[in-house]
Amino acid sequence: MSKARYGAEPSPVTRWIILGFVGAVFIVPILALVEFSLRLGQTGQHGLVHYAAIFDPANASTYSVLFQGIGNSLVICAITVLIVLLVLLPTMILVELKFPKYRRVLEFICIIPITIPSIVLVVGFVPVYSVVASIFGSNPWTLAFAVGVIVLPYAYRPIAANLAALDVVILSEASRSLGAGWFSLIVRVLLPNLRRGIFASCFITIAVVLGEYTIASFLSQNTFQTALLLLQHTDPYVAVIFALFALVFVFVLLILIGRLGTSRRNRRSA
Amino acid sequence: MTTTLSAHPAESLAGKGATVELVDVVKDYAGHRALTGVNLTMAPGEFIALLGPSGCGKTTVLRALSGLEQVNGGRILIDGVDVVNTPVNKRDIGMVFQSYSLFPHMTVLQNVEFGLQMRKVDAASRRRRASEALEMVGLGELGSRYAHQLSGGQQQRVALARALVTRPRVLLLDEPLSALDAKVRVQLRDEIRRIQTDLGITTLFVTHDQEEALAVADRVAVMNAGNIEQIGTPEELYLNPATSFVADFIGLSNQLDGELDTDTGTIAIYGHELSALGAGHAGGPVTAYVRPEDIELAADGIPGTVVSTSFLGSVRRTTVRLGDGTLVAVQHDVSARPQSGDGVHVRLKGRPASARPRAS
Repeated sequence: MSKARYGAEPSPVTRWIILGFVGAVFIVPILALVEFSLRLGQTGQHGLVHYAAIFDPANASTYSVLFQGIGNSLVICAITVLIVLLVLLPTMILVELKFPKYRRVLEFICIIPITIPSIVLVVGFVPVYSVVASIFGSNPWTLAFAVGVIVLPYAYRPIAANLAALDVVILSEASRSLGAGWFSLIVRVLLPNLRRGIFASCFITIAVVLGEYTIASFLSQNTFQTALLLLQHTDPYVAVIFALFALVFVFVLLILIGRLGTSRRNRRSA
Repeated sequence: MTTTLSAHPAESLAGKGATVELVDVVKDYAGHRALTGVNLTMAPGEFIALLGPSGCGKTTVLRALSGLEQVNGGRILIDGVDVVNTPVNKRDIGMVFQSYSLFPHMTVLQNVEFGLQMRKVDAASRRRRASEALEMVGLGELGSRYAHQLSGGQQQRVALARALVTRPRVLLLDEPLSALDAKVRVQLRDEIRRIQTDLGITTLFVTHDQEEALAVADRVAVMNAGNIEQIGTPEELYLNPATSFVADFIGLSNQLDGELDTDTGTIAIYGHELSALGAGHAGGPVTAYVRPEDIELAADGIPGTVVSTSFLGSVRRTTVRLGDGTLVAVQHDVSARPQSGDGVHVRLKGRPASARPRAS
């Protein structure tokens, strides 16, 4: 019962080998992290002691840097997501509806940060942040402005793909001809249809912010990543545990993005 | 049962048709003049088709009337009120687009209700009126479906219901049938005309398909290069084209060299005398526009050779090369089956023809 095979589709055996290999590349370091986090010193034994230590009030001062870093990162996440939703998204909709000839320009601008190494960006950010600090003070949340630039390529792509799949101009003209003002058009017609791209964009933004180290470090701010590095010197086990948590969290985000995509496809093919 | 649904769904949707007037409407696109001063008057309840080749400006006229394009000059009057500065969402027009324009995240019923929601109609009336509009287009049972679960023809029907449910003053149809297959296109075309007649709504229908325009419209406006060349009933356009462009564009015409005699009002073509349609042309050499159905294959007449022949269902059309090299299309009964290369004779049936002065 062999089905005719077309093109370059690999055989099931080859597919499993590739999947196994790629899976191993991901799973081996993660298993190593898990194993390390369970070690009880050099004894060769394993247990949950390091996990319990996180919740021990006696260690609160040791881990306060980390929890503060996590708190700062979450605030930066929220502000960066707001920047994406209130600056990038409206700009993209506006360009699509009113200035389609600038679509390429916007795309180019949004892609630029991915082509410039973070360290180079930081060198540029330092003098800018001396001004930012004089206005807003040297608060960790101000990092969101810089991170907002870093996440542009990642935040842009899902929304752009969603916009491209949708005939935004026709939908807008149809709703306008039916009596909708600009607000109704955006809230009732465009946003519901762009939901998938917007969610994906926000999740990726959160993932990028949680993984951002260079800018925070060079601008001397305490975030999740910088705190992890500090903690690694005093308690490498807990640092590894939090790295694991972060990985799991980002995996969950990515799975959610994937599900957003497939549930839509399933509905279409229904 | 105490529901008070109207006996005919169209009744509750019937509004009053508005008069529409376009006066010297001009539209420029980046240095290119798309409309060069369009004048058009539509009577209440009239169905006018705007017909013309691609790029002639017909869609621009429709978009200018809808408010989707700002005009650079002229006036647009709906019921005598200039709406040039009225935004599209305040013009009270209904529109059906060429591409499928249903909102993908809404059901069919929600799509139809959308315009009523924008007009703050209460939920119960909304539901009732949307259901009636769907009944009118024959899709009453598909209210809970989504756009992607409908065929192209069904989507355009829903779009029509959605455009009509608000009882707009004017209905604008921007090539709504061009994405559909031939059979559905004819069905929906006839249905649009039926609904339009029932509702008495003033309708502007843009199309590049002349058969479509001639079949449904009260009057057809033929556009060329940003202006209306002629507006008239389908019969007037077909039988008495005002310009050579219209003569050439509407129907299939053989362009034959002839001599116009203004005294007798006849055109001499290959020894045949035909009455000249229209007036006001100087005598002398002209190009006469003779329809294929006004020429026949005969036992004697102008000799020629068959170049090709095609079966068109109820008739057959044969192209014949005359002795001087002129190609003429002849429409004849399917029972005659000339073969390529056959020697035949053709004869003009003597029906009147239009003529334009020929550049010598």
